[in-house]
Amino acid sequence: MAKAHVTTTVNGDAVEFLCDAEQTLLDVLRDELYLTGSKEGCASGDCGACSVIADGRLVCACLMLGVEAEGLAIETIEGMADGDQLHPLQTKFLEHAALQCGVCTPGFLVAAKSLLERNPDPTEIEVRYWLAGNLCRCTGYDKIVRAVLDTAEEMRGG
Amino acid sequence: MTDYMHAFDLYVPASLEDAARLLDEHGTNAWIVAGGKDSFDWFKDRHRQPQAVIDISGLEELHGIRDHGGHISIGAATTLTEIEESELLREHFPVLTQAAAQVASPQIRNAGTIGGNVSQDARCTYYRDGFPCYRAGGDACYANTPTAMNREHALFGVSRCVAVTPSDTAPALVALEAEMVISRNGVLQTVPSEAYFVGPDIDITRMTVLKEGDILVAVHIPKTWAGARSYFEKIADRQTWDFALVNIALVAKTEGTQVVAARIACGGVQCTPRRLAEVEDLVQGETVGPDLETLARRVAARGAKALNYNQFKIPLIENLAARAIRSLA
Ligand SMILES: Cc1cc2nc3c(=O)[nH]c(=O)nc-3n(C[C@H](O)[C@H](O)[C@H](O)COP(=O)(O)OP(=O)(O)OC[C@H]3O[C@@H](n4cnc5c(N)ncnc54)[C@H](O)[C@@H]3O)c2cc1C
Ligand code: SF4
Ligand code: FES
Ligand code: FES
Repeated sequence: MAKAHVTTTVNGDAVEFLCDAEQTLLDVLRDELYLTGSKEGCASGDCGACSVIADGRLVCACLMLGVEAEGLAIETIEGMADGDQLHPLQTKFLEHAALQCGVCTPGFLVAAKSLLERNPDPTEIEVRYWLAGNLCRCTGYDKIVRAVLDTAEEMRGG
Repeated sequence: MTDYMHAFDLYVPASLEDAARLLDEHGTNAWIVAGGKDSFDWFKDRHRQPQAVIDISGLEELHGIRDHGGHISIGAATTLTEIEESELLREHFPVLTQAAAQVASPQIRNAGTIGGNVSQDARCTYYRDGFPCYRAGGDACYANTPTAMNREHALFGVSRCVAVTPSDTAPALVALEAEMVISRNGVLQTVPSEAYFVGPDIDITRMTVLKEGDILVAVHIPKTWAGARSYFEKIADRQTWDFALVNIALVAKTEGTQVVAARIACGGVQCTPRRLAEVEDLVQGETVGPDLETLARRVAARGAKALNYNQFKIPLIENLAARAIRSLA
């Protein structure tokens, strides 16, 4: 089959690309659009390193086809900071040292952003349940959870 | 190995009719994809390489949660998140919204559908890893040998294969007496949820009644148990996302502390959701309390035959049954 022509929006920019049916959105982001912030940890939906937001919904880019991005608004880690101005979550992750090797970090940040957009005042349990699909092999999660709770408080103006 | 998928042709039908025609045209080479959370896993492992992939997730006819008076219908391509967030379902059938909310992670629930959840294939690791076992058309079960790792496998209904139903929503639907609406040869048919799931004694290569060319269109839930008391609990190895070792769904009508009627189903213990019929009979007309819990515990796992490593599931079922009954107090 001929390559599909896909028109979509990535981090607010109109984007067009050609892709094969079997290419995942993650393949397209990384290999065609050179947005390598989203990581491939497992490629099977287990780890969340590939988390992106598609039309407001958090999804695993590794289990979604590139052609499915047609007409959607895709948000990736690359769109999180505003120029040099880091997103509050990014600042808090640094402050709390909520990362070590950093491979899981883009996925956690995107997932946490999606949580705070839905629920600006999550409990610790809600944070842990929401981040259940994001695996980290280094930090033990505690600092990540604290960074998210701290960001939520700051963003609420607390 | 999990990385790239084989090259396939993707079809995005515009109507149910169109989808049925494509399925017919491509026969054994066709594969339905809804959210793709199970399908793409198979493709990436290269154990399934269908040439024609038919994406039904955009079909209008398969979407939405609607109140029809006597029943509520859920389109097969409705996502698990949409179910979890549905006020209508939470009000009528909280056992289902709770079950949907406990599937995997937000990422998976946002794209995974109810149709895919009840039609997903067995998770037996031997089968998934491509062993040529009975379910894969071979002549052995690799999970039922003296040294096999089978702590996740079945206690009941074994017939060569000892794989279990992995779905969290399936026991809830069985408890609720849901009906599955299937499009077969252009005609809509309705199958009770209990008959939708099939064990290895009926067909060892399938988990559901769906045959080549069939499309699950919707799930209808009668209002029989609307507003009834309910309980859902899932036990897994990890508190983060994981498949259930055992899950339990209960709906019950009560008058004070007396149980008028109850339906209970468990996942993870046989190839299909298992009705705890003996517990249902036993509790009917009885008063909830420690005595009833003890009796429920005693009969809940009757007839279970443990494999080498899944003995622990027997007290698990017994305790879950007791807790479900206790929740009615
Ligand atoms: C990391 C991970 C964790 C998971 N954890 C859980 C869990 O905790 N609990 C649980 O229950 N499940 C779990 N799952 C399994 C499952 O993938 C999801 O629950 C999801 O609901 C599947 O839906 P889907 O639409 O993505 O499926 P798809 O992959 O699109 O479909 C699955 C199967 O059903 C068939 N199918 C789908 N829709 C139809 C239809 N309308 N008509 C006919 N056939 C159809 C497909 O052909 C395919 O064979 C998990 C999956 C992953 C990847
Ligand atoms: S339990 Fe079933 S799926 Fe697993 S190896 Fe045995 S026959 Fe195959
Ligand atoms: S790479 Fe997508 S979930 Fe792990
Ligand atoms: S920081 Fe290394 S995996 Fe999370």
